[in-house]
Amino acid sequence: MKPSLDAYVLLSAALFAIGFLGVLVRRNTLVIYMCLELMLVAATLALVAFSRFNGTEDGDVFVFFILTVAAAEVAVGLAIIVALFRARQTVEVDRLDSMKH
Amino acid sequence: MDQIAFISLSVLALASALGVVLSKNAVNGAMCLLLCLAGIAGLFVQLHAYFLAFILVWVYAGAVVALFLFIVMLLDMQGGRPWRFRAAQAFAGFMAAALLLVGLDLLAVRGRLGAGPNVGQAAVGSSLKLYAYQLFTTYLLPVQVMGFLLLIAMLGVIVISRRIGGAEDSR
Repeated sequence: MKPSLDAYVLLSAALFAIGFLGVLVRRNTLVIYMCLELMLVAATLALVAFSRFNGTEDGDVFVFFILTVAAAEVAVGLAIIVALFRARQTVEVDRLDSMKH
Repeated sequence: MDQIAFISLSVLALASALGVVLSKNAVNGAMCLLLCLAGIAGLFVQLHAYFLAFILVWVYAGAVVALFLFIVMLLDMQGGRPWRFRAAQAFAGFMAAALLLVGLDLLAVRGRLGAGPNVGQAAVGSSLKLYAYQLFTTYLLPVQVMGFLLLIAMLGVIVISRRIGGAEDSR
């Protein structure tokens, strides 16, 4: 018996929720970034499942683009984090509050 | 058989995703992310998207997680206080995630997602030829834009890391 589309969508929703929880709860910028990646991958899982169950390949192509953008995003984001760490000596979001006041 | 594979892969993905969120050490978090990506790649294989599973392992597990590990070790944040969060923040985070999960769950339970019209068809994602055909006909402009984006990102990374470094140890 094959797993249904509902199961895939539910799993992807659960993964997205876990990543969202991490973004909201964690204080370390790098871990927050990992959780963002988790949310992206959860979205790609839903796209692939829909694409498979509808018999089209457009979703798969979108996933290809998402992966490309994610790779570029990680490179730029980590460069920003390293620059931030050099300037402020910390990556804790609690201490990076100079734009808050 | 499919069901068993699906359940075990999804349990692996969910457990390691929770590991990313809950692990105290950022290196352990990156390792859990790697496991989670492996589980999702397995699910992609189960969905007959072999090429995407390959790309996911290659780009994500190979490049992105390695980059994360590299930066974690470069910044050396092992001694930090990973879990010091305020009660209000934690409450808000758990509430938001639970609401999101419950809402999507309700959507999935109430509104049955029917299978599409061509369920029994041969797997489209498995054929590299079809894939390449799509990429170079319908999606030719996005492919070009992606290439440009990658170029810009590369230049941006060089500029960001040079300027700050140059300002710090200006000769």
